[in-house]
Amino acid sequence: MKGIFGIILAAMLTDNFVLSKFMGICPFLGVSKKINSSVGMGVAVTFVMTCAAIATYPVYNFILVPLNITYLKTIAFILIIALFVQLVEIVLKKMIPPLYKSLGVYLPLITTNCAVLGLTILNIDNKYTFLECIINALFSGLGFMMVLLIFSGVRSKVDEADVPETFKGVPSTLIAAAILSLSFLGFSGLGK
Amino acid sequence: MVTTYILPVIAFAAMGIIAGVLLSVFSKVFEVKTDERIEQINDVLPQANCGACGYAGCADYADAIITKDAPTNLCRPGGTKAADAISKITGTNSGEVVEQTAVLHCSGDCAATGIKYEFTGLKTCASVKRFYSGNSTCSFGCVGFGDCISVCELGAISIKDEIAHIDPDICMACGKCVSACPNKLISIKPKSFSTVVRCSSKDNGKVTKLNCKNGCIGCKMCEKNCPTGAITVTDFHASIDYTKCADCGVCAQKCPVKVIELI
Repeated sequence: MKGIFGIILAAMLTDNFVLSKFMGICPFLGVSKKINSSVGMGVAVTFVMTCAAIATYPVYNFILVPLNITYLKTIAFILIIALFVQLVEIVLKKMIPPLYKSLGVYLPLITTNCAVLGLTILNIDNKYTFLECIINALFSGLGFMMVLLIFSGVRSKVDEADVPETFKGVPSTLIAAAILSLSFLGFSGLGK
Repeated sequence: MVTTYILPVIAFAAMGIIAGVLLSVFSKVFEVKTDERIEQINDVLPQANCGACGYAGCADYADAIITKDAPTNLCRPGGTKAADAISKITGTNSGEVVEQTAVLHCSGDCAATGIKYEFTGLKTCASVKRFYSGNSTCSFGCVGFGDCISVCELGAISIKDEIAHIDPDICMACGKCVSACPNKLISIKPKSFSTVVRCSSKDNGKVTKLNCKNGCIGCKMCEKNCPTGAITVTDFHASIDYTKCADCGVCAQKCPVKVIELI
């Protein structure tokens, strides 16, 4: 079980997608303005990541490997991710229209969110088993959501703060992101 | 050959088909019921997607009419015809559509203004504007490189003597040129009014006169003589409030530099 615990720890803290691997920066900066939409985005990404991990594992091992076309895995994975993003979009539009509206353009952008594609490819590269893939996906998604939540909190404070004129808006946001990333560096010794 | 080329193609085609079937099943199951009137309204709108109504496009406006009770007479390109058609669909009374047109508030053609320097860069108003507020002696006037022409989808604008001319018969008042002009010289006015101030210079009278023969000197003759108080001089040039204007033409007669025109 130590293996699985290690994966959870890595996915959430030490190898966090946003703050350590620089993946998924676009929604991280784009949707973290409000806590509500950052939770929604986090849930959507977690769902897409988990579904994509569940779907890509058999596709890779039972279609791409036997046919000897593993070099096409990027295209195949993008196809699968796009499928799930579309599904999420259709379901959200029907079930939770306000969330659908507040996510706006960032929802279809999950398709090109490199965190999702990165996760599926890293799953393959690390030779994870099916269970490990799902655990990794789930907790990477949760890690993404956690960072989004923390950052939306940070951002609401930054917006209220008296920032010098030149740093107002995006610059102060990016600096706050950098400091948050620094603080996550503190976890890097964990589990080793 | 078969394994290298054909198999991947078949495998990907199969995956694509499965994904497509899944998506179409889901979109049927989770179909969002939209009001069919929205479709009908969208059909009678001119599909110019100009945004003059204040919504993101024709489809968005159609949606807003049904869901947010937006007024039916906001479509400028569609005019009264579209408003009537929409009202027929929604069953409400349409308001009168005021026909509008874009006008240029500048008369500084090549005879009236001089050139500060020879500009050899990219021939757009926005780029020449970056160098010392443009190459014309008047830094508020029409540059004449036609940024407005490139956004006008109807071809209503032409450049004559280095300033823009807007043909009111073609113009549908979509307002794209208003935001394209770097000097903010174009505004939308009701078509029925003929009085137009042809200057937007914020320089004082003396400087304006030095820079442009046709400019408004801010003497306030129009403001003093206007019977309805519709015309005011701010920032050294006159501007007309068309909600008060009686279109009597007194200001045009009194203007010593003839910068107020009756078109």
